[in-house]
Amino acid sequence: MTSEQPGAVPDHPGPDEEPPLLRLRGVSKHFGPVRALTGVDLDIPAGKVTALAGDNGAGKSVLIKCISGIHAPDSGQMWWEGAPVHVRTPSEAAALGIQTVYQDLALCDNLDIVQNMFLGRERLRRTGLDEVSMENAARETLTSLAVTTVRSVRQRVASLSGGQRQSVAIAKAVLWNSKLVIMDEPTAALGVAQTTMVLDLVRRLADRGHAVMIVSHNLNDVFQVADRIAVLHLGRMVDVRPTADSDRQIVVDLMTTGESTRVVREPGRPV
Amino acid sequence: MSRIEGPASTPPTERPDEVDVPPEPRVPVDTVGGYLRASVVRIRGGETGVLPVVGGLVLVSVLFQSLNSHFLTSGNLVNLLVQAAVFSLLAMGEVFALLLGEIDLSIGFVAGLSAVVMSELARPTVGWPWWAAIGAALVVSALIGLVQGTLITRIGLPSFVVTLAGLLFWQGVMLWILGSGGSILIQDNTINDLASGVLTKAAGWVVMLVVVAAFAVLTWRRDAHRRDSGLVAPPPGLTVAKIGGGLLGGVALVLLTNADRGILVPVYGMPWVVLLVFAVLAVWTYVLGRRRFGLYVYAIGGNAEAARRAGIHLPRVRTLAFMCASLTAGVGGVVYASRLRSISTALDGGTLVLYSVAAAVIGGTSLFGGRGKALHGVLGGIVIAAIDNGMGLLGFSAAAKYVVTALVLLIAVTIDAIARRNRPDRT
Repeated sequence: MTSEQPGAVPDHPGPDEEPPLLRLRGVSKHFGPVRALTGVDLDIPAGKVTALAGDNGAGKSVLIKCISGIHAPDSGQMWWEGAPVHVRTPSEAAALGIQTVYQDLALCDNLDIVQNMFLGRERLRRTGLDEVSMENAARETLTSLAVTTVRSVRQRVASLSGGQRQSVAIAKAVLWNSKLVIMDEPTAALGVAQTTMVLDLVRRLADRGHAVMIVSHNLNDVFQVADRIAVLHLGRMVDVRPTADSDRQIVVDLMTTGESTRVVREPGRPV
Repeated sequence: MSRIEGPASTPPTERPDEVDVPPEPRVPVDTVGGYLRASVVRIRGGETGVLPVVGGLVLVSVLFQSLNSHFLTSGNLVNLLVQAAVFSLLAMGEVFALLLGEIDLSIGFVAGLSAVVMSELARPTVGWPWWAAIGAALVVSALIGLVQGTLITRIGLPSFVVTLAGLLFWQGVMLWILGSGGSILIQDNTINDLASGVLTKAAGWVVMLVVVAAFAVLTWRRDAHRRDSGLVAPPPGLTVAKIGGGLLGGVALVLLTNADRGILVPVYGMPWVVLLVFAVLAVWTYVLGRRRFGLYVYAIGGNAEAARRAGIHLPRVRTLAFMCASLTAGVGGVVYASRLRSISTALDGGTLVLYSVAAAVIGGTSLFGGRGKALHGVLGGIVIAAIDNGMGLLGFSAAAKYVVTALVLLIAVTIDAIARRNRPDRT
């Protein structure tokens, strides 16, 4: 576990500076002799989409698992809304407001959209489930996210397309008032139109004030939706910068070698 | 709030990556006709529900009636319902295990042990009243489910192995209590009446009308509440049709059971056991369809990992489901003994459990979890009893009955598999 050292907060924000929603400092994780993460520093602000890029084995998955409570970091510190926290289990992460949308989506095919969105947090009445209240809330959430391609919220998830399933998984995170939504390769299995739909949804989440962290191999997606790009290389955070100060070639350099000496080109020009 | 026009970017006509997903049937569902058309679309899409088993039942009835005109007499049909009771109860128990994607092979002998416990305690020399004897049998059944469920969920043993051991173990316990070739006669009238007692004609009407009225009030209130809240709801005409259908079925059942079916002396009235099966069906339908526990059973059967990540306590829900399975089997055992007015070592729990799995599957329950209803167990039990009964009327041997039951099971699974090809989830 991490050792808490009050007073020894590195890079403590000034009094006039709003602390980021989530701040990581010096997070390390070893699996036996394998150093998956080494001293990772990262700030995740609210209302922004932070993309996490990196080659295979760079430690992206380990990092999001540390944040979402599946792995406990060996050392390092996490601050949530300015206060130090230890996230030991996924339910502790959920209680803080961290919701992870996994690549395999974790939806029950045989249940309908409402049942999936409320799974584990059903609203009850004396005689059983409060279907009316849940169905209204689910529909309002989907409408507020402009997810209107589903025919009915009483449709079984099995009958949805990949993009619609992704939308349901994201809407579930919104419904549960998550402040940070982590998405692992949300567009990996989707076609062009569905990818656009999901990226629009990611953008809307950030515009509503949620912090979004998105792990993606697809640099098209990253540049289309992210406000900031963080690059991991061999378990180290080698670069975090606004998307406007970066381009594809810089990110590729960072992902493959861990450094880049290039300067950003004119935006919009092909690289 | 929304900076980008979400729906405009993905009009439903442009979904190129959906080659493996059939387009959503967009049928208006606010009229009765539209609702029926939507049902047809769903059925053709592979969600056949109870349609195959009802069709199969009609087919079997027509076949047996054409071969022996005694099949569709009221006497034989009432007899068939009573025969089906044990199969239906055991199959409803099995549905709980199948919904989880597990199996319970022990319920045949759990039923046997339940019958033995009840018969033993109700003996005049022991002298427990009928309700205490039945209660004790059901408690024992539920405890067996608790033990087996705990072994399966907490230690992580496969349900197949644990309940196979249960099949052997509870058979041993049952034989041990009965003694070699032993049997226990049941002398308590109330227990014997469970299977052979009947309501008076008037009581049959009253009970049926009360049940249908309760169904009507609940259905109407629920559907009306959904319509008023602007939710997905059937149109009023369909609600009325559902209630009318319930009334029609009730009237038909009462007319059937109130007709004289005696040969030498007049015999009529609704058998208690029909009401008992119906009551169990109603309770389990409510638990599985309206309670959180039921939802969790479906969720675990559909995607256990998703259920776990949603914070559902899997071992607790699974153990409870195995308890429900054993408890229902215990009720089946009580009915079994009541029908024979005794219990003996002749009880073949191995065949009973295989019939109960077959009945659940014939009724439409998936072996892979997450899909099935208590009603499927009841309908499948009636199909199995109808084959048994009809072939008995035609003078076929037990050997032929097994063969035909096997064929019907295969046909049921084949129909399901073919229908499933049109279904997106293919589970």
